[in-house]
Amino acid sequence: MKRKVVSLLLVAAMLTGMAAGCGSDAANSSNASGVDAGAENGGDAETENPESEDPETQEQGKVVNIYCWNDEFKSRYEAYAADLAEKHGVEVNFVIVANENNAYQNNLDQALMGQEAAAADDKVDVFLIEADYASKYTKSGYALDVVKDVGLTEEDLAQQYQYTKDIVSVDGAQMGTTWQATPGLFAYRRSIAKEVLGTDDPAEVQSYLSDWDKFDETAQKMNEYGYYMLSGYDDSFRAFSNNMSAPWVTDGKINIDDQINKWIDQTMEYTEKGYNNKTTLWAPEWSADQGPDGKVFGFFYSTWGINFTLLGNSLADPEGEQTVGNGIYGDYACCEGPVPYYWGGTWICAAQGTDNIPFIKDMMLRLTCDQETMKQITLDTQDYTNNQAAMEEIANSDYSSDFLGGQNHIALFSEAAKKIDMSNISDYDQGCNECIQNAFHEYFEGNVTREEALDNFYTAVMERYPELSR
Amino acid sequence: MKKKANGGTSLHLRRAGCYVVLVLLSVVCLFPFLMLLVNSTRHHVDIQRAFTLIPGTALLRNIRNVLDNETILIVRGLLNSLIVATCSTVLSVYFSAMTAYAIHIYEFKLRKAAFVFILLIMTIPTQVSALGFVKLITALHMKDTFIPLIIPAIAAPACVFFMKQYMESSLPREIVEASRIDGSGEFHTFNCIIAPILKPAFAVQMIFGFTASWNNYFSPSLVLTKAENKTLPLWIAYLRSADFTKFDMGQLYTMIAFSIFPVVIVYLLLSKFIVQGVALGSVKG
Amino acid sequence: MYKNKKKKHVSYSKWGYIFMLPFFLVYSFFSLGPLLSTFYYSVFENYMSGLNTIGPNFVGFENYVKLFTEGDLLKYTQNTLIMWALGFIPQILVSLLLAAWFTNSRLKLRGSGFFKTVIYMPNLIMASAFSMLIFTLFSNNGPVNMLLQQAGITTESIHFLSSTAGSRGLIALMNFLMWFGNTTILLMAGMMGIDPSLFEAAEVDGATPFQVFQRITMPLLRPILAYVAVTSLIGGLQMFDVPQILTNGKGGPDRTTMTLIMYLNNHLYSKNYGMAGALSVILFIITGALSLVVFYFISKQRKN
Repeated sequence: MKRKVVSLLLVAAMLTGMAAGCGSDAANSSNASGVDAGAENGGDAETENPESEDPETQEQGKVVNIYCWNDEFKSRYEAYAADLAEKHGVEVNFVIVANENNAYQNNLDQALMGQEAAAADDKVDVFLIEADYASKYTKSGYALDVVKDVGLTEEDLAQQYQYTKDIVSVDGAQMGTTWQATPGLFAYRRSIAKEVLGTDDPAEVQSYLSDWDKFDETAQKMNEYGYYMLSGYDDSFRAFSNNMSAPWVTDGKINIDDQINKWIDQTMEYTEKGYNNKTTLWAPEWSADQGPDGKVFGFFYSTWGINFTLLGNSLADPEGEQTVGNGIYGDYACCEGPVPYYWGGTWICAAQGTDNIPFIKDMMLRLTCDQETMKQITLDTQDYTNNQAAMEEIANSDYSSDFLGGQNHIALFSEAAKKIDMSNISDYDQGCNECIQNAFHEYFEGNVTREEALDNFYTAVMERYPELSR
Repeated sequence: MKKKANGGTSLHLRRAGCYVVLVLLSVVCLFPFLMLLVNSTRHHVDIQRAFTLIPGTALLRNIRNVLDNETILIVRGLLNSLIVATCSTVLSVYFSAMTAYAIHIYEFKLRKAAFVFILLIMTIPTQVSALGFVKLITALHMKDTFIPLIIPAIAAPACVFFMKQYMESSLPREIVEASRIDGSGEFHTFNCIIAPILKPAFAVQMIFGFTASWNNYFSPSLVLTKAENKTLPLWIAYLRSADFTKFDMGQLYTMIAFSIFPVVIVYLLLSKFIVQGVALGSVKG
Repeated sequence: MYKNKKKKHVSYSKWGYIFMLPFFLVYSFFSLGPLLSTFYYSVFENYMSGLNTIGPNFVGFENYVKLFTEGDLLKYTQNTLIMWALGFIPQILVSLLLAAWFTNSRLKLRGSGFFKTVIYMPNLIMASAFSMLIFTLFSNNGPVNMLLQQAGITTESIHFLSSTAGSRGLIALMNFLMWFGNTTILLMAGMMGIDPSLFEAAEVDGATPFQVFQRITMPLLRPILAYVAVTSLIGGLQMFDVPQILTNGKGGPDRTTMTLIMYLNNHLYSKNYGMAGALSVILFIITGALSLVVFYFISKQRKN
């Protein structure tokens, strides 16, 4: 008999649920259109944020929701800015959704589109984005202008590298800010350089790699000595794709830039001639190529890759002490490589509709503008931070990396970072970059012709972005 | 006489052949479990570098890493997984049995239509209605609750179908008649007389349902976002897509081994029912 | 007596509805609603461009036309069926063999309880974890390649996952491993239902085990075999997580391991409600037709 009551209750619950469902459905759809309208005139978003008029004096919400896909930012925040929560009397809540199958963006999109209807403490206050899909959010009206809306001054932002601002700028308005700069370099094996090129000095090695023609010549030499120039198909991709002459998409049409064709040509040539080891990015074979048994001359790597990934992979005994003698610790060095490029990075955006502008402003100031904090981050974590003055201070100091055989790579990075030009980003970079690499792996593996690979690329991109055409 | 002797040796030979094949298959079936266990004792860099079945020395380190990782609420995740899997399994088994019982015992107009309908929807992949499902639960403010993961389990067509098949083979209608004569109410009959008879079928569907819910990544990934609500498969996905400064295969394998452990225990406890029960219900996922 | 019984049933019929009510309420609310809305969107152009919603604009059957003309739908159906068959054929053969052994009273295999338990176990591992393991085993420098090279069978490492045969084969292998235990148990049930006196008679007539199997077991097992085949086909059409994770969602090489549900997932990924809806309708029709076959088959079996 008890069961009977239970199931009746359940039925009742269902029915009320259904009624509630209809009600909020309607409410939601009207809200959704409201948000859309807001998104269209996102430019003058500040009118909807009276707080931004005078941030310091305004009351703010009790909960700051920060959307991100891993705990990297969380650990930065906790180490360098945790005191701000107390100062502002807020509780910081990290909503971390892993990026598998685009789950992070799906979830963030849902939250942003429900922003208007959400209770103050459930609203998205801050969200993190990556360069490849930055403009999806910066142009959406859901990200606030860090100057006009959040209240940072041009002066505060002056020490940030220009390319890190360009990536998140819309018509000159900066919609996000980052604590790291991620210029790319070429990390090579000193021992191999000595054997083949006769020198392991970064400046001299650079002269063998300073443009793509020289790079190819050196690749041939490496081959003669029984080494690979690169590990696999994707290694040089970023170096090419960051230097495209036009965006991936213009007026709804997909362009295959000359730089992309050059990447295809070069990679196919290297594959056929045995200049690479036919690996793919992040595959175990690729990691193994960076270790003691690797026969690969060098890797295109970015700031964060040197100390986190490359170092770990170079050790013979990963549990052992990180010092010369353990694997090939000390055998790597860096040079600029043939072209300036960047790889990676995470930007912080303040969300339209947040009620925590004062806190966000302080947090952005602390983590992305404050010279002392940013210098400290670099010294603590060896991450390269987005502050020219702080980085130059370290570049000009006697800082050196034992892992890179005593080189001060920060100095090299600080030069490289200024040269990066990211004016050609588009809304579709993430999909295009991923799909072109995936599609052409099959070409390099010899399974499809170049035309078939290109067809597969178009199919995949247009599946992801139905509005595009070839 | 001669023939018989021949038959004897050939039987021995055949039996030996059977054992060889069975042992080989068992090795293949157990190999993934062995690999998981071995890899969870190895260091990330070692795993990437080469394959081996010799256990490494990093087990404690991996376990410590998983436990020390402040972002991953592993105990909470285990608890959430247990809650979701247990509740949804119990609901799905109980209500499926009830639905199947309705179709099996009672004569009513829509009986056949209902059964055809259940068969029809059994074949619809979850992905097909995913978009509408997300819209619905967002509209109902059910995101980040367990309700959308537990309550829909009440309507599990495959489970109903299985139960129906099982009743067909082992639930004579006379039992119901007899209990009515004894004055038992319909719910009472179902709960106190029929349910015990269905025990083996319950066990089988419990294991199916529990495994499916325990290993489910798809629906929870649509519903759960807050750390304190996440289930184990979501944490595994989180480790898989960790950024490259933190990506750690050792930790990942440890986590997978850890989360498979409870299912294996439940399975071994219920396995004798599985072998009997699958046979009686004849359904397959 | 008969009349009386019937009368009783009539009076109890409302209980049938009551017992079914929770199922149908929950289903209509959580699944049928979303499902119908999916179908509804199939005649609209409706997708997300960045954070902006495009549509819904009514386009009639344009999405369907697109699927059949541009979408390579046939190719993905083919892929799905080929991979299903590659896994199913060895699965049914091995399962038949095992079921025959387990039910053979003369063989008297020891430890069959252990074997029956073990062969089901691959089904317990989540498909994603299983795929990761297989991926490692068959990677370019993986243990399988090392073994092949050490045994002198190959000199260069085989890139299993970049060849169509290799990746389809691995997907089939995984499906085989995950389901043969289940199938074996099903077939055993069928075999145990066969009258033992038939076997005894055959033995007296001097039939070889193969003849017994061919002449007695197989014909009597046909209904359950057909049932296994059709349910497995329905499961096969829903094939998703194994190829998705093994090929990293790409269905490579050259989209030859892209299954129907993976294709659907691509449209879900881009939130293309229109195309996903149209594809769902087509999938629904295919699987629905198949399930009616199952139903037909089962009701026939019951009569026998």
